[in-house]
Amino acid sequence: MELVEAIILSVLAASTPLLIAATGELVTERSGVLNLGVEGMMIVGAACGFGGAWLTGSIFIGALFGIVAGILMSLIFALMALGLAVNQVATGLALTIFGVGLSGLIGAGFVGERISPAAHLTIPGLTEIPLIGHVLFGEDGFVYFSIALIIGAWWFLYRTRAGLILRACGDNHVSAHALGYPVLRIRTFAVMFGGACAGLAGAYLPLAYTPFFIPGMTAGRGWIALALVVFASWRPGRLVVGAYLFGAVTILQLHAQGFGVGIPSQFMSALPYLATVIVLVLLSRARTGGSTAPAALGTVFVPDR
Amino acid sequence: MPAYQRMLDPTPNGPHSGESPLLTTVGLTKRYGDFLANDSIDIDVWPNEIHALLGENGAGKSTLVKAIYGLIQPSAGEIRWRGERIVLSGPSEARSRGIGMVFQHFSLFDNLTVAENVALGLDGRESFRDMSARLEQVSKTYGLPLDPKREVWQLSVGERQRIEIVRALMQDPKFLILDEPTAVLTPQEADQLFVVLERLKAEGRAILYISHKLEEVKRLCDTATILRGGRKIQTCNPRRETAASLARMMVGGEIREVKAAAGRQTTIPRLVVNDLSLPPDEPHGIRLEHISFELKGGEILGIAGVAGNGQDELFAALSGERLSNDPGTVVIEGIAAGHLSITKRRKLGAAFVPEERLGHGTAPRMKLSENALLTGHAASGMVHHGFIDTAATLQTVDKATETFDVRKAKRDPEAASLSGGNLQKFIVGREILRSPAVLVVSQPTWGVDAGAAAVIRQALLDLASAGAAVLVTSQDLDELAEIADRIAVMFHGRLSAPLAASEATREKLGLLMGGSSLEPREAAHAVGA
Repeated sequence: MELVEAIILSVLAASTPLLIAATGELVTERSGVLNLGVEGMMIVGAACGFGGAWLTGSIFIGALFGIVAGILMSLIFALMALGLAVNQVATGLALTIFGVGLSGLIGAGFVGERISPAAHLTIPGLTEIPLIGHVLFGEDGFVYFSIALIIGAWWFLYRTRAGLILRACGDNHVSAHALGYPVLRIRTFAVMFGGACAGLAGAYLPLAYTPFFIPGMTAGRGWIALALVVFASWRPGRLVVGAYLFGAVTILQLHAQGFGVGIPSQFMSALPYLATVIVLVLLSRARTGGSTAPAALGTVFVPDR
Repeated sequence: MPAYQRMLDPTPNGPHSGESPLLTTVGLTKRYGDFLANDSIDIDVWPNEIHALLGENGAGKSTLVKAIYGLIQPSAGEIRWRGERIVLSGPSEARSRGIGMVFQHFSLFDNLTVAENVALGLDGRESFRDMSARLEQVSKTYGLPLDPKREVWQLSVGERQRIEIVRALMQDPKFLILDEPTAVLTPQEADQLFVVLERLKAEGRAILYISHKLEEVKRLCDTATILRGGRKIQTCNPRRETAASLARMMVGGEIREVKAAAGRQTTIPRLVVNDLSLPPDEPHGIRLEHISFELKGGEILGIAGVAGNGQDELFAALSGERLSNDPGTVVIEGIAAGHLSITKRRKLGAAFVPEERLGHGTAPRMKLSENALLTGHAASGMVHHGFIDTAATLQTVDKATETFDVRKAKRDPEAASLSGGNLQKFIVGREILRSPAVLVVSQPTWGVDAGAAAVIRQALLDLASAGAAVLVTSQDLDELAEIADRIAVMFHGRLSAPLAASEATREKLGLLMGGSSLEPREAAHAVGA
């Protein structure tokens, strides 16, 4: 019983950064921008988040540092890909490479340092309930926030006018411009939101997951978040399912090794990507005519004035 | 004055008595670098008026209406609204003043619903639910039925245009701009649109109507302003002009009259289609069903029909973009070719001009010479031992340029840099210069100005006179009447029996385009005949 609870808890912890980063990328891509720099924004968020918490002793300020770092990174992307209309794929890849290097520089001073990780919620009487108590009432703040975030993103995209305009920019930027919407400004905000989420997701790792910073600690989670958005076919509901599924796979991989199950760990690490490919194939076979991806995704837009 | 009073107002002293113009432009100028897209244009548009804006491609019509709609800022001059100078910061300000626009290339979002599309065109001050209710009401009032919950990609072109019109009407505009609204409609759909426009006019609104179709302008519009090369040429009453005189003002000279060589001889069958049936290759494609026809040398067969009734699928089956299991379904020059690739069909003497100029007819970012090579390499000796003969490709470009009057900035520009008309002349020219035995061409003059269209139509007629078989798919019935010997209609993947051009009246074709048969008893017989 306790093993099951432990597994569920570790799945939640492993899934949370994926969910946060993927939520940001989902909103970014819905506005028509493909930012492949998630991994880079995450790792810089991790370094700055840890630095902030280490300097001030506050997890909350650490998280803010991570968010601001993510936004600053995303502004570099926005300047290049939106302001100067540079190819988005190349800019995103460059951002990741840049971020990995930059985080090493930022984090060089506090590799090996430790902080006390984010506190977990305790509600007397509820948290002690066997099996579900810790899962529902004993998580750290990031876990609850990530769920609020994806619900908020869903509500924004499908229930508000601003969300409708954002989706319209992702579907057809020429039409959106013709109707008088400031496509580039809307996209810049979407990119910044994506950066904030990636920065926070990165900061989660040293602030809650493992209470220290090591270079490269995101270990490809940014890429999984990107795959997750595609896996979820750009829908928030499926994104939640996918995030916990992908999180479970990474945990399963550890436990499978522990139990001596004869599946190579490399195969398990490849599973999220394999699942994404399979989902893409299924989606394209089941396609009914409309496109599942935002139609303007990744295309450069230059307004005429 | 309320709308109903305006309707009763007999306006005895001409249309503009006692009123001032609703919208005026004074010396409106738009400069892009050295290029003057609009050069000091003055127009007055009055209430209760349908005002046509005529001109060839590149005359500056789009630039002018974009400035009036606030999409671009004029470099000089001013716009006056009810006599008062206004500066529009953007379309939303134009809309709030009462200026609405229906775009030529629909400004719709394919993956959003009808209601969401309409909401995006409004200022968002009312709730989505109120807006949906009003949408239903407006679409009912004007007889423009729409299902607000459907996504746009599921709708026909006519329905899409309805969304645009309803969206514009929901802002209760005093001034409505329509950019080539009938280009994609059947004659009957266009008639329905005219009823709506007449009604809007009677309600006291002003309409600025951009069109290429001169007969339509003569029928519908009270005033016409003609633009040429960015300048205003004249404002006139189109009802007192002839189509030819309007065309002269647009082009600035005589339009070459398209003339068929007298007594064209039909020869052997060069393109035969036998009972061609093909399932769609996309979820929403059209299934081709039992299509048969025979096209002789020296003959032009026109295929009419509303877009999306299988014309694209037929083109793909004829060109070899889609192969048939049964070689005998498509016979080119007496050789069963249904299973042959595009290149092999080209080698048999066939040539193809698809509808989409950029992306299908040409690779937009490649030079014209490279584009010439892409379709010509199979049969025109531009490649030797796998190496490109650059001189030969450039020669092809020069020849097409000269023969078909392609206007371009330099000798060998990128395809995308040419205007629609000039690129189309180049594409048609490229194929015709190979002197094909069979030419299959889809929408040869779609979005092409009158001068270029005349050149292209003449080229098709000349090609037929020289003995080639020409198959023309077009939505423009006037065009088919002008050049085709026989006209068949495509509907839901079936092809009607061809009518001789002399018998193919607009009414008959319109009925066939709407899916009705001319004689119910013969209909089953005619299909596949």
